[in-house]
Amino acid sequence: MDQPLIDVSNVSKTYSRGKMDVPVLQELNIQIEEGDFIALMGPSGSGKTTLLNLIGGLDKPSAGSVTIGGQRIDQLSQGELAKWRSKNVGFVFQFYNLLPVLTALKNVELPLLLTGFSRSERKKRALAALAVVGLADRAGHRPRELSGGQEQRVAIARALVSDPSLLVCDEPTGDLDRATADEILDLLQVLNREYGKTILMVTHDPKAADHASHCVYLDKGQLIQESPK
Amino acid sequence: MRYFGLIWAALYRKPVRSFLTLASLFVAFLLFGLLQSVSVAFSEGPDLDGVDRLIIAPKYSIIDQLPLNYSRQILQVKGVEVLSHQTWFGGTFRNGRSFFPRFPIQPETFMDIYPELVLPQDQRQAFINTRTGVIIGRSLAQKFNLKVGDKLPLTATIWENKDKGPWEFDLVGIYDIPGEEVSDAQLFINYNYFDEYRLRGTGLVGKFIVRIDNPDRAAEVALEIDTLFANSSNETKTSTEKAYNQMFANQVGDIGFIMTSILSAVFFTILLLTGNTMAQGIRERIPELAILKTLGFSNVSVLLIVMSESILMVLIGCVPGLFAASAILPGLAVSVSFLAGVEMSAFVFAQGMVLAVLLGLIVGTPPALRALRLNIVDALGEHQ
Ligand SMILES: Nc1ncnc2c1ncn2[C@@H]1O[C@H](COP(=O)(O)OP(=O)(O)O)[C@@H](O)[C@H]1O
Ligand SMILES: [Mg+2]
Repeated sequence: MDQPLIDVSNVSKTYSRGKMDVPVLQELNIQIEEGDFIALMGPSGSGKTTLLNLIGGLDKPSAGSVTIGGQRIDQLSQGELAKWRSKNVGFVFQFYNLLPVLTALKNVELPLLLTGFSRSERKKRALAALAVVGLADRAGHRPRELSGGQEQRVAIARALVSDPSLLVCDEPTGDLDRATADEILDLLQVLNREYGKTILMVTHDPKAADHASHCVYLDKGQLIQESPK
Repeated sequence: MRYFGLIWAALYRKPVRSFLTLASLFVAFLLFGLLQSVSVAFSEGPDLDGVDRLIIAPKYSIIDQLPLNYSRQILQVKGVEVLSHQTWFGGTFRNGRSFFPRFPIQPETFMDIYPELVLPQDQRQAFINTRTGVIIGRSLAQKFNLKVGDKLPLTATIWENKDKGPWEFDLVGIYDIPGEEVSDAQLFINYNYFDEYRLRGTGLVGKFIVRIDNPDRAAEVALEIDTLFANSSNETKTSTEKAYNQMFANQVGDIGFIMTSILSAVFFTILLLTGNTMAQGIRERIPELAILKTLGFSNVSVLLIVMSESILMVLIGCVPGLFAASAILPGLAVSVSFLAGVEMSAFVFAQGMVLAVLLGLIVGTPPALRALRLNIVDALGEHQ
């Protein structure tokens, strides 16, 4: 492949906490090919979430460049970045993914409110996404009527619904028991293999390695190992 | 609006809290509708103030009455040229959908004292000759689409008639008040018929009006009249029309001031209460708003969503409150006869709506700004 989907080049990120500067990432480089399923691992506080946020366009680097699909997203304005995210990335977090007052269907529909789709088209697409994660029959349920695993599936459906090429997941199984976690990992694997989604997943779960195509280790803001499977 | 479902759903987040907030908004706007309607109704009316006219009113209260037979003695006072009188009728018209003053008067003398009322000669004569005749101002005739010859029924609120049924009048004239910026929104009834047919209070009038030959002697004449009835059971207070209007306006002003004070207190409380509810609501929803932004909702859309929630919340309390006020007013008027016919106008309704939107904007601004400024990474980081 001539150009990777994700090209993070010489990226540094420093947070300022009051007067103190907290350097988190230093001159980090990573390239991710389209269709990869990357498990990003490392000790707590090593900067995994920070890197994920930079690649997902939630935050901007202090130095270096982040190029995704040929576009320098570190140079976009906040508004442009928001638009870019809505078209190109799906997000799944550990907690607080869903709006508790909305049904599963309405939660999945949220990203489509930003598109030009009609009401019925939005509903159709949201139902299709729920079907992909196996929850078509729970469309009318609210988050508190769902199990933790089901909630994560709804979140995944929402990440899929606008058909982005990239999914970023921050510890999506961190709060789940073993069996449920495996189901989620299986689902992500299906999305990777059969739907061609490029997935970048932060995880502490050693078994995640079985599902991912690569594992990347981050420690103290440096990539210490990149292990092809 | 695409986000309506999202905005609407926010009300269900904490149903009990939403209900309590809505209930207090409901009460606040109910009060607003009632008090404001009364206030507006009493600040209307003509303000003719001829320097040669004196008003002889009951000394202690504008709702007391005076005996009609005072007129003989008053007419004997030197300087008094013509005497007429008027009485507050109250009543409701067409199920009480509109408030305007109605007065039984003595047609001939009243029209003599008030040359400002202009109506064609034949109508003037018809008013004098027709026992059941009434005349109204042009603005009312247009508003209610009335023409000379129409029947005009009024429901009694103060003065029941001997049949304890509706009063039925014949519209015999429509008057103008040209060249003056005073309201012509009044109805005048032939006193003789009114007095004969009413069940109680025969021989009483609300106040006398006299024209004097020399305005410079107004104070003297007034004193002489009041002296006539000093120590009687119906003492009088005579003043120039201007002074009388001023006094009346002051009383109305006092009513207005009291109502404004009450309403201010109510709305200040509501402001704090609703503001607190909104602030609390937004704190709980920081992660949700961060998720919306993550999904690509712009800062401005998130601001608008929060702002719309606030305005929607206030409106949901406001509209039923105003409707309740307009439903209650007629009933209130029955038990407090002085309020007879006071009703909620479209103007008061509109005022209420504007107030609601303003309240929503004020209450919604702090949380909306907080939502606008919310940084995704910080918000998710704090909770992750
Ligand atoms: N918004 C922020 N402001 C200041 N410091 C932060 C912020 N986010 C993360 N950090 C700090 O950066 C470091 C890396 O955080 P993070 O990327 O969340 O690590 P990980 O996800 O690997 O646990 C930590 O020391 C954390 O305290
Ligand atoms: Mg993290």
